[in-house]
Amino acid sequence: MALLLSTVSRTNLIKQVYPLLLLGALVFCGAAASEEPAPITLSPDCPASFLRSENNQCLLRNLYQLYDSLGDHGIGGLKTALPAHRDGFSPQQIDLGRLLFFDPLLSADQSVSCASCHNPSQGFSDGLGRSLGIHGQLGTRSAPSLWNSAFIKEFFWDARAQSLEEQALSPLFSPQEMGNSPSQLLSNLQAVEAYPKLFKQAFPDTENLNLDQIATALAAFQSSLISLNSRYDQYAHGYAEALNPQEIEGLNIFRSFVARCSQCHMPPLFTNQQIAVIGTPEPEGMPRDIGAEKTFDSPLLKGGFKVPSLRNIAETAPYMHSGRFETLREVAQFYSDGRGHAVPQGEDLLLHWHISEPDLSSHELDRLVDFMRTLSDSSLLPSIPQSVPSGLKTMSEKNHEKS
Amino acid sequence: MKKAKTLGFIIALAAFIGGWQLGTNLNDTPQITSSVGGASYGGGGQADRINTALPERTAAGQTIKVNPGDSIQAAVEIAQPGDTIQVMPGVYSETVYIDKDDIHLVGVIEAGERATLDGLGKLNDAILYSGNNILIANFKITRYKGNGIMSQAGNNFEIRNNIIIDTGIYGIFPQLGVNGVIEHNIVSGIADAAIYVGMSDNIHVAHNEVFDSVAGIEIENSRHAIVENNYTHNNSGGILAFITPGLPIKTTYDVIIRNNFILDNNIPNFAAPGSTVAGIPSGTGILVMAADDVIIEGNIIVNHKVAGILINDHGNAPGLTLDPDVDPNADRVMILDNVMHNNGYDTIDEVRAFALTELHTGDIDIFQIGPSEESCIINRHRYNHVGLGDFAECGFTNTHSTHSYLLAGGAKPRVIDPEERGEIAYMGICAGCHAYDDVLIGPSIRDIQAMYAGNVAGIVSYINAPFKVRAEYPEMPAQNYLDAETQLAVADYLLNIPLEQSQP
Repeated sequence: MALLLSTVSRTNLIKQVYPLLLLGALVFCGAAASEEPAPITLSPDCPASFLRSENNQCLLRNLYQLYDSLGDHGIGGLKTALPAHRDGFSPQQIDLGRLLFFDPLLSADQSVSCASCHNPSQGFSDGLGRSLGIHGQLGTRSAPSLWNSAFIKEFFWDARAQSLEEQALSPLFSPQEMGNSPSQLLSNLQAVEAYPKLFKQAFPDTENLNLDQIATALAAFQSSLISLNSRYDQYAHGYAEALNPQEIEGLNIFRSFVARCSQCHMPPLFTNQQIAVIGTPEPEGMPRDIGAEKTFDSPLLKGGFKVPSLRNIAETAPYMHSGRFETLREVAQFYSDGRGHAVPQGEDLLLHWHISEPDLSSHELDRLVDFMRTLSDSSLLPSIPQSVPSGLKTMSEKNHEKS
Repeated sequence: MKKAKTLGFIIALAAFIGGWQLGTNLNDTPQITSSVGGASYGGGGQADRINTALPERTAAGQTIKVNPGDSIQAAVEIAQPGDTIQVMPGVYSETVYIDKDDIHLVGVIEAGERATLDGLGKLNDAILYSGNNILIANFKITRYKGNGIMSQAGNNFEIRNNIIIDTGIYGIFPQLGVNGVIEHNIVSGIADAAIYVGMSDNIHVAHNEVFDSVAGIEIENSRHAIVENNYTHNNSGGILAFITPGLPIKTTYDVIIRNNFILDNNIPNFAAPGSTVAGIPSGTGILVMAADDVIIEGNIIVNHKVAGILINDHGNAPGLTLDPDVDPNADRVMILDNVMHNNGYDTIDEVRAFALTELHTGDIDIFQIGPSEESCIINRHRYNHVGLGDFAECGFTNTHSTHSYLLAGGAKPRVIDPEERGEIAYMGICAGCHAYDDVLIGPSIRDIQAMYAGNVAGIVSYINAPFKVRAEYPEMPAQNYLDAETQLAVADYLLNIPLEQSQP
């Protein structure tokens, strides 16, 4: 089996430096492929922005650690600390997670990988309103971006998972998504010559390859996806020139009490991590998704979904839980059009109190979009494996062939 | 609603039985406690007088004068921490935002004429800030659609002596800040709360006049607040302390409401549908909902249709969302001596019905519904009350030993030593393109160390204005957005980077 793990150490594509590389599939050609097959060794180095501790843990460092937040809640204004985060995984666990993430071996028919719906070149989402599972099954919800998931406390749109590990296993075994079973997944991984060795490197103290290790490795990789160096961040750290006048005007509309965006999309993560019922319409023909009503067994939360972070939001169209809106402008227009305007008559939704009647001007809506675009940063994009241990074609290779 | 009513009925039954037992077991002489002297509440806070939330200026600073026709924002943009901006009398129509620390924005009043911010019914907010150590004083603010003065974060603030008329949603709205004073403001004609303290800690609201608004003064999801010596009249509700479910900060506690004049808060509730204050019954003096450790002392509470003091849990409030992380009950409510008169004379059906379960008819000064543990009152004989069967006698009579919840010297910024600062900046930014030995996007740190040989100033200069050094590398983006302290720290760090931390 030809194993060609990337030996290029963590090439991080800086937007300003290689803007072209951020365009679609070209990203995957960014790292120069090694001539020689690589030794089957996981990287001993932590990803950029992570410091390796003496006991081989990767510890996140970012500029927001210079600040405090009220009650350590990680919400506030510009110079406010982030919420508590997950880190402390080993470099090998993160690297194993990276290989698993891109390996279609994880799905029942070996057709889709995590990266199929969480594509690094599309903001770790998929560009679809509703994601596709195996056999082309159309799901009911939009794939959320994975950027900054280290800071997130509850997972899935309906907040039904409480940890990255719990989240990571769920799509693998969902019949609508990757359709696998625990036993098949484990036997498939064991059947690939490299995987038991790689797992042994990532989990040296454990005998057998098991599900917990898969969850840990995927969680480790997800927690390494950090996007905190946007132009907005430069402004927040005190550099007023980082944003142009239109963008600053947008920031002021965003945090004004007319638009009230920042009341839920609170800096610095641009989410307050709460459930909100906002009453967006579903795509044509799709019945109302009850969302968090099911998780919390309460009709008060019917149609409620987690407030998503807006970091890298410009990269993850279409928008809302089922992708009803194609553009950020349409999203802004939705909020501006007023409380409950898209809720069918007779449907009982307890709309969030900040869903009001902002009635913003066209000019203001444009400025809001300008501002949201300043939240983009892919400078710490991880390197994409040139090939994966299973030898299956990765999404990047498929994309490359298509292009 | 059905659940709430059932719960209410059970509580009513319990209260009824409790009251009946009390009535049969005690003789008819009420317990009268003198609040002159006596034990003081021991709930913490500062016993010493603290008059300011502002620490000493961080720099000597200059005074920047703004004249009519000039832009206040232009002055903010050139201001440095330590500066004072004086705005001369006249009309200014703009949104002023302060994203820096230690700026004092002060209106100058001449012959009674103020620096006036006029939103013309078009602009969103008058003043918003995110910096620490901000003073905003002496302005007149009118006709904005959003808020008069608002913050998002920002510790150690003072908002003083402003007149705010007809400015949309909130008159004064500090949010997510620690240590602030809101004093001597006159706020009226606000569609939600005239003064709204949201998700904040250590706040002092005093000597304000608030009227013609839905809510006078609101302490929401906040801790350690004192509301004293205010005059709140002709709102729908006078003073509120409560928890809104669904917010990221889940508690309200340690709130002292004392020595306020709370009169005639009976105007129709004109809040926007769905807003939390839309649920305030018009005619409420003080509302305590789900907040804990609230002390009500020394207030004059007169002429309220519904009740002088309304205390309830979330279960008895309509229109609220579910939040499993919130304790829905108002526990440890403490009612000391207040002067109450002519309240509850034309109350709402829900209150009247519950009062009937206690065989109470007529005026209601204090109405309590829902579970409330460890609550207490003194001199209950003074009031017409409903639902206080479980309230014990308080073991203290005053709050004299708690002068303030403000922090002496202000909330302190996080202290970061230079090496940690350098490491944070290096790992957070530089390590995206530079590794110690390997070539990533930029040259290796080993090469840079060899080239600069300890020249920290040289690195600082370069990262501020990079230029192309080697043909084989792309030009580095400028790192001039980092402040001078951080630039110095990161330059020092990367020239002395320990080998074992050299990654990736």
